[in-house]
Amino acid sequence: MSAELGHLAISLALAVAIIQMILPMIGAQRGWENWMRVALPAANLQFALTLFSFGALTWAFITSDFSLQLVAANSHSAKPMLYKISGTWGNHEGSLLLWVLILALFGATVAWWGQQLPIALRARVLSVQASIAVAFMAFMLFTSNPFIRLPFPPFDGNDLNPLLQDPGLAFHPPFLYLGYVGLSMAFSFAVAALIEGKVDAAWARWVRPWTLAAWINLTIGIGLGSWWAYYELGWGGWWFWDPVENASFMPWLISAALLHSAIVVEKREALKSWTILLAILAFSFSLIGTFIVRSGVITSVHAFASDPTRGVVILGILVFFTGGALTLYAFRASSLQSNAVFSMVSRESGLVMNNLFLVTSTAVVFIGTLWPLIAELLFGQKLSVGPPFFNIAFTPFMVMLAMLLPFGAMLPWKRGNTGRTTRLLWGPLALSVALGALVWSMQTGGRLLAPIGAVLAAWVVLGALTDLGERIRLFKSPAEAPRRAWNLPRADWGKATAHTGFGLMIFAAAAITAWEVEDIRVLKPGDRFELGKYALRLDSVRQIQGPNYIADEAILTLWEGGREIGTVTPEKRFYPVQRMPTTEAGLNIGFWRDVYVVIGDQQVNGGWAVRTFIKPYANWIWGSAIIMALGGLLSLSDRRYRLGAPAPKRRKTPDAVPAE
Amino acid sequence: MIRTVLILLALALPAQAVEPDEILADPALEERARELSKEIRCLVCQNESIDDSHADLAKDLRILVRERLTAGDTNAQVMTYLTDRYGDFILLRPRFQGATIALWLAGPVVLILGAIAAFGFLRTRKSLGPITPLTEVEKARLSELNDV
Repeated sequence: MSAELGHLAISLALAVAIIQMILPMIGAQRGWENWMRVALPAANLQFALTLFSFGALTWAFITSDFSLQLVAANSHSAKPMLYKISGTWGNHEGSLLLWVLILALFGATVAWWGQQLPIALRARVLSVQASIAVAFMAFMLFTSNPFIRLPFPPFDGNDLNPLLQDPGLAFHPPFLYLGYVGLSMAFSFAVAALIEGKVDAAWARWVRPWTLAAWINLTIGIGLGSWWAYYELGWGGWWFWDPVENASFMPWLISAALLHSAIVVEKREALKSWTILLAILAFSFSLIGTFIVRSGVITSVHAFASDPTRGVVILGILVFFTGGALTLYAFRASSLQSNAVFSMVSRESGLVMNNLFLVTSTAVVFIGTLWPLIAELLFGQKLSVGPPFFNIAFTPFMVMLAMLLPFGAMLPWKRGNTGRTTRLLWGPLALSVALGALVWSMQTGGRLLAPIGAVLAAWVVLGALTDLGERIRLFKSPAEAPRRAWNLPRADWGKATAHTGFGLMIFAAAAITAWEVEDIRVLKPGDRFELGKYALRLDSVRQIQGPNYIADEAILTLWEGGREIGTVTPEKRFYPVQRMPTTEAGLNIGFWRDVYVVIGDQQVNGGWAVRTFIKPYANWIWGSAIIMALGGLLSLSDRRYRLGAPAPKRRKTPDAVPAE
Repeated sequence: MIRTVLILLALALPAQAVEPDEILADPALEERARELSKEIRCLVCQNESIDDSHADLAKDLRILVRERLTAGDTNAQVMTYLTDRYGDFILLRPRFQGATIALWLAGPVVLILGAIAAFGFLRTRKSLGPITPLTEVEKARLSELNDV
């Protein structure tokens, strides 16, 4: 019964979304305030109905209601509760419902926190947002309805793909969707502004929190996915340049560019039309990602719900929204001229360079991802574009970005003085090069990858710290620094934190690639071997019974520098319902390195194939993603983005640091 | 991102990626084999190199690469040997030739065009006069503000 209520609720949500799409827009065009006001209750109601519907589907998964086709196909009564719940979005139909729920949630946040928005802009934003909801709700209800009943329910379900039965992947989709779908808000703001023909500093300040929230969630979502791939897939890779990964990476890159260009609109009222274009593109890349993941047009390892018919519908939605927005842009962009002036050397031009490198690297990922398709359609060639291509074609632009970052981030607005900024950065530059030389001498030759990574990383991190130190006058008047640090806007702390995270990411990626140690051998129980300063002994291999799988579990004792530091227990699982094996790596996680052990097959002589990796700085990869997300959060908590927050009662202190 | 899903479904009990019995005795040759394997696509898999893949075909290809290397082939000869039999689809790093040149040059071209456009835009913004240094009075006022 609850499933029928859920079905009814989502149908009603579609009706509400249609009203929310039409009435407020007409009201805004005609200046009828009461029509514009419809947007608020409609956004709230649409969210409440979608939430109820999502709750009903989740309930069906929790109670293993196999009379629902979707539950029977994707769940099993013996599955642990966490995966029964995450099974709700571990499939095409359910994930689409989650998509629509998040779309409605972002619309509702405008109703909750957008009290200070001009009423006409708010009405238009919510109307555009509702039009996206209408498209996706109709798509779901007419092609991928999650609430279809089976006439003859099976005794038990088909189980969820075992690879998805993992804590990392249980929470990966919600974060990713909060990011993907969150960019719809930037899109709605951009289209609303184009219809209004007005983009100003206030618009940039309003659009920024939602873009920032989307970017933070995208960062966490991609990080979780990468972490999961690292420990679940059995060979410890953390980024594969797979089309589906690229599908989430492109919106991340573009939204990072958008966050930076929106600063220029907010501070200087320049780059307006470019920022609008980025906002449209960011959500378009989300839609392209949805298309890539769900259509099956591009060969991906992600065999998730690919269906050509659905692909055509998504392509239609993509063409309608992107095409429509770009057409509108073509007509209106010329009215978004600005008269702001600034010199060639200025913060503004630094941010233009940031956008140049981020957009170029997005283009490389985009063309590389689609090239197999292009080559086949246009030239009749069947070819592959894999990680070796992306590593060569993408990395140079990130290197250029990192080289310019500290310099651009410290230049003053309007008119910079190259000499002054350079003087401040000589120290960090010298230190970074020294660190690189140290790394070079310590690894005694070998590839240049790690030393170069170390120089770049140190340059970015030290540059961010120098910027922070300069802002609080740490070097000029250290006594004043704590008070200045306290008064420094959160956005500046966010900037330094996020840039530090970016620097650490560069180092971690270079270090793990350059310094990984691998060992493959056959071990019999009792055998011990050494690998660098580590030693491992295979104690035993035993069969264990999990809730919905059986497994061979190996127990290995691990020594570091002659001292026993624990055991690792890699598993080889088999899920009988789906008839599918998975590997669970045995991990000894450390700050400086992970020891990563996988077991393979039993050999004819009774031994076991064992693969061991020493992965230096592995956790720095996810650590730096968290630091970047934290930087975003700090920036989001800055007072000037708190919509509707009462102005602080504060006397004008002369030491207040102006917001950067 | 969910690699191996399809292929694992087809194989009840998969082997590991590189297995101990495949490894060549000569470490230099084995190193070359590993480097090459990362650039060769496992043809029946969704998007994996033969170095990563569990599939039987990947194992056969890994052994084939090692046989060619042991027979004295250069890296380029091994790759030609493979593309002659399986076509360019097997290369994870497409060759710099024909239409694929457009793929390789896409990044640099976008960067150059973008840089020209950005430079053109920045030039139009540059209508500020020369920097005039602060007067003594202004300097005094500034340090007064900073020192409070």
